[in-house]
Amino acid sequence: MKLIYETSTKDHKALKLPKCNISYELDSKYLRNEKLELPELSEVEIVRHYTALSKETYSVDDGFYPLGSCTMKYNPKLNEEVASFEGFSDIHPLQDTKTVQGALKVLDLTKKYICTITGMDDASFQPAAGAHGEFTSLMLIKKYHDERKDYKRKKIIIPDSAHGTNPASAAMCGFDVLTIKSDNGIVSKEELKKVLSDEIAGIMLTNPNTLGLYEKDILEITKLVHDAGGLAYYDGANLNAIMGISRPGEMGFDCLHLNLHKTFSTPHGGGGPGSGAICCKSKLSKYLPKPVVLKKDDKYYFEENKESIGKVKDFYGNFGIVVRALTYMLSLGNDGIKKTSENAVLNANYIMNNIKDLYDVAIDEVCMHEFVLDLTRFKKETGFSALDVSKRLIDYGIHPPTMYFPLIVHEALMIEPTETESKNTLDEVIGILRKVHEEAYSNSVDLHKAPMTTKYGRMDEITAARNPILKYGDK
Amino acid sequence: MSYVVNTNKEILEMLEACGVNDISKLFNHLPEGAKYEGLLDLDEGKSELEVYNFMKKISKENKVYPTIFRGAGAYKHYIPSAVKNLSSLSNFVTSYTPYQPEISQGLLQGLFEYQSMICNITGMDVSNASVYDGATAACEAMNMTLIKNKEKVIVSKSIKPSTMEVMKTYAYAYGIEIIEVEIKDGLTDKEDLALKLSDKSACFYVEQPNYFGLLEDTKELGNIVHNTGSKYIIGCNPISLGLISTPNESGADIAVGEGQSLGLPLSFGGPYYGFIASKKELMRRLPGRIVGQTTDNKGQRGFVLTLQTREQHIRREKASSSICSNQSLCALRSAMYMGYVGPKGLNEIAKRCFDLAHYTKDEIVKIDGFSLKYNKEFFHEFVIKTPIEVSKINEYLDKNDILGGLEISDKEMLVCVTEANSIEDINKFVSLLKEVTL
Repeated sequence: MKLIYETSTKDHKALKLPKCNISYELDSKYLRNEKLELPELSEVEIVRHYTALSKETYSVDDGFYPLGSCTMKYNPKLNEEVASFEGFSDIHPLQDTKTVQGALKVLDLTKKYICTITGMDDASFQPAAGAHGEFTSLMLIKKYHDERKDYKRKKIIIPDSAHGTNPASAAMCGFDVLTIKSDNGIVSKEELKKVLSDEIAGIMLTNPNTLGLYEKDILEITKLVHDAGGLAYYDGANLNAIMGISRPGEMGFDCLHLNLHKTFSTPHGGGGPGSGAICCKSKLSKYLPKPVVLKKDDKYYFEENKESIGKVKDFYGNFGIVVRALTYMLSLGNDGIKKTSENAVLNANYIMNNIKDLYDVAIDEVCMHEFVLDLTRFKKETGFSALDVSKRLIDYGIHPPTMYFPLIVHEALMIEPTETESKNTLDEVIGILRKVHEEAYSNSVDLHKAPMTTKYGRMDEITAARNPILKYGDK
Repeated sequence: MSYVVNTNKEILEMLEACGVNDISKLFNHLPEGAKYEGLLDLDEGKSELEVYNFMKKISKENKVYPTIFRGAGAYKHYIPSAVKNLSSLSNFVTSYTPYQPEISQGLLQGLFEYQSMICNITGMDVSNASVYDGATAACEAMNMTLIKNKEKVIVSKSIKPSTMEVMKTYAYAYGIEIIEVEIKDGLTDKEDLALKLSDKSACFYVEQPNYFGLLEDTKELGNIVHNTGSKYIIGCNPISLGLISTPNESGADIAVGEGQSLGLPLSFGGPYYGFIASKKELMRRLPGRIVGQTTDNKGQRGFVLTLQTREQHIRREKASSSICSNQSLCALRSAMYMGYVGPKGLNEIAKRCFDLAHYTKDEIVKIDGFSLKYNKEFFHEFVIKTPIEVSKINEYLDKNDILGGLEISDKEMLVCVTEANSIEDINKFVSLLKEVTL
C-alpha cells in the first residue's frame, strides 16, 4: 500500500477555516523555521487512504480472535453510540462539578458495579491501561508499608507464569522481583513459604492464571502472604472467567486492577485506549489516586485525599472507556454477568475437549476461560512450530491465538474464545485446528510457508530490528 | 441480557462434549470459601432500549457548552467530520495490538505514519506509537534519562500543575528526587535553573507554551541544561508547532506532549494520548510499542512491531517501562487529523489560535479593571487579572452558556482561545465580562 506521504501532492488541501482579517505578529525568535513535512491531501484522498488501511486490518468484527489473556470478545455497538453522546464527549474535564453531575454519576455507578463484581470496597478509574493499573496498585502497597514505616519491605513475589507487565510494573515501583516456580501450572505453597519473610511487600497473582487454571489453594496463598505482613494484589486480566462465580475479595486480595477493554467489552482500538481501573479494600482507600468521587446530599463531588499516592494520570482516566463499560454492565445485569463468565468457560472447555486427542494440553484439567496447548511434541514429530500453526490459521480466516506465552510452556498456544462466539463458530474452529494438524502430520502442506492466501507474507522482523526504519524518510 | 449467542439446546450439547450435564459443574473444583453463591447485588440485565434511555438521561445531566474559553490541558478545537468518521471504522476500533503483521498491515502502516508525523511536527528523529497521556509521557521521558549517579530530575514550576503532580507520583515510585525551578514573571527563572542543575541532574523538563500560555525561551534554557550534560525534555502543545519553533530547534533530547488537541474530543479528560519522540541515540530507551518498516517474504514493503527487546513481555523487570496497551486509536485518529490539515492547515490553525487569542486579550484589557498578568509573548492562553472574583464572572458566563476561563486564583483567570471560537463568540464573551463588572 502507498504511504500517505506517497499520495501527497503539493497544495492539495482538505482544511478550510472561516475567513478572518485579524492578524498579529509573533516575535520571530519564537517562530518555527524548520520545514513542516506533513503530507498534503484533499479530503477524498484522506478518506480513501484510511479506508484502504482499515481493509488491511483484521478485527473482532471480521471474525474469531482467540488471543489468550486478551479477551477479544465482541464489542457491542450500543456502547460506542452512548460514548459519543455529546453529554459525554463534549464536556471539559475542568468544568465546575455542578455542571458534570452525570459524568460523576457514571464514575460512581461504575465503581459500584466493579466493586460488587470483585468483592472490593473502593475504586479509581485514573489508570489508563492494565499495566498502569498494576503500577498504581503496587504504589498503594508501597504507600501502605511506607506509612507504617515498614521500609524493609522491598520485595514482590511473582509466579513464573505471570504476564511480563507484572515484574515490569514492580520494577517501576522500585521493588525487587522474586520469581517463584509453578508446580503443575499453579502456585506452589512450598515455594511460596520458602521466600516469605518480613521483607515481602506483597504478591502479584492472576486467578485463573495464565494457564487458564483456577488457583485451588488461593485462600491459603493469600493467608500465608498476609501472615507474613505482605499484601496481595490481583491481576484482573482473567476476570472474564469468574464474574458472579468467585470474587477476588473473598479470595483474600487487597487490591486489583481490571482491564475494562477485556472483561467489559470496550474495544481495543488496535492497542488502546483501554482502562486499567483499580479496586481495593477499605484499608487502602485513602491511598487511591486523587481525586476520588464522593456523594453528599445527592450531589457528587471530587475529593483529594491527603494520604493519596497522588495522580498517576491527568484528570480522571479514560472516561469515554468507562462510559462504554458501564453501558455494557447495565445491559448484562447480575444475570448476564454470571452467564457471560459461565459461557466463556464453557466455550474454552468445548474447544479443548474437541482437540485434545490431537494436541497436547499443557495441563490437562478442566480449564477456565482459556487453555494452553503445548506443541513441543508436535514440533518434534512434524518439524512445524506453534508459529507455523498460527500462521496457517490465518489462511483459514481466523486470528491466531497468543503464541509463546506463558513462558513456562514451550511452543505455547493460548486459546481464549470468549463467550460471544457461537457453537457454529467454535465447531468451525475445531475443524480448522484438526485440519491443520492433519496437514502437518501428513506433510501435505508446508506450514513454514503459511500464510499463503494473504496479500502479505511473513515479515522479516530481524532486519526490522537490526536496521530500524521508524519513520518515512529513514534509510 | 447478555451477548452470549448460544441457545440452551446448544449449551447442553456443548456441556455433553465436556462430560458434564450442568454448567455449574465446570466450577466444581473451585474451593469453598472462594465461591460466590447466588446472584450479585446488582440490577438485572436490561434491554438495549432501556440502557440507551438511561445513559442518555445521565448524559443530559452534564452541561455541554457551545462556547468554551477554557483550556489548561484540554482544548476545544474543531474536529473535521472526516476525522470522526474514519476513526470510527470498525476495523480500527475492534482490532487488537498488531501481533500478527500479515493481517494487520493497515493498522501498522497507520501507526508508522503517525510516528512519522510526530517526528515531522517536533523535528525529532524517532517516535513511539503513543503512551497514556501528556503527563505520563513526561514521566516516561524522565525515566529514559535516569542513569546511575544522575538521578535528580529538574522541573520548571511553570509547567501544568497536574503534570507536576503526576511526575511527583512517578518519582515516588522510582525513588528519585524532583527539584523544582522557580518562576520569574511567569517564566522559568534561568538563574535558578543554573543553580539547581548539577552533574547529578538527569534531565530538565519544561513546557512550551507553559501553564500560563507564555512562550519560554526554550533555546536559552537548552543551552543552560546541556552545559551540565543533562538531558533536555520539552513538553509541547502539538497545535502550536504549526507556528512555534520545534523542540528540535530548541535543542531538546526528548519531546513529549498531550495529543488531545489533534482531533480528539474533550470527553471529560480521556481517552487522550501522549506522544513521545527523541533523538536517535535515545531510541532504545523509548517505552512501549514502536512500528518499523521491513519487507515480507514476497519482497513487499511491510511493517512490524519492532525493537521489542526494550519491552515488558521480553525483558520483564528489566524493561524500559511496563506499558503494554497504549492509546493506539487516539494516536491513529490524530494522524488522520494531521493528514487532514496538512502542513499549511496546521500553520493556519496555530496562527488563527494565536491571532484570536491576542484579539481577545486586547479587547478584554480595554474593560475597566481587567489587565494582563504577564506582559510576555504567549500562544493561545493568557492570564487575566479580574476586578471581581472569577467565580462570579464564570457564574454569569455560565448563564449565557459560555464556559469561562479557568480560575487559577480568586481574581485570576486563565483564558484560552482557539480557532473554534468565532469573532462573534469572542465579542459576546467580552461584552459579558463588561456587563458582569458594571
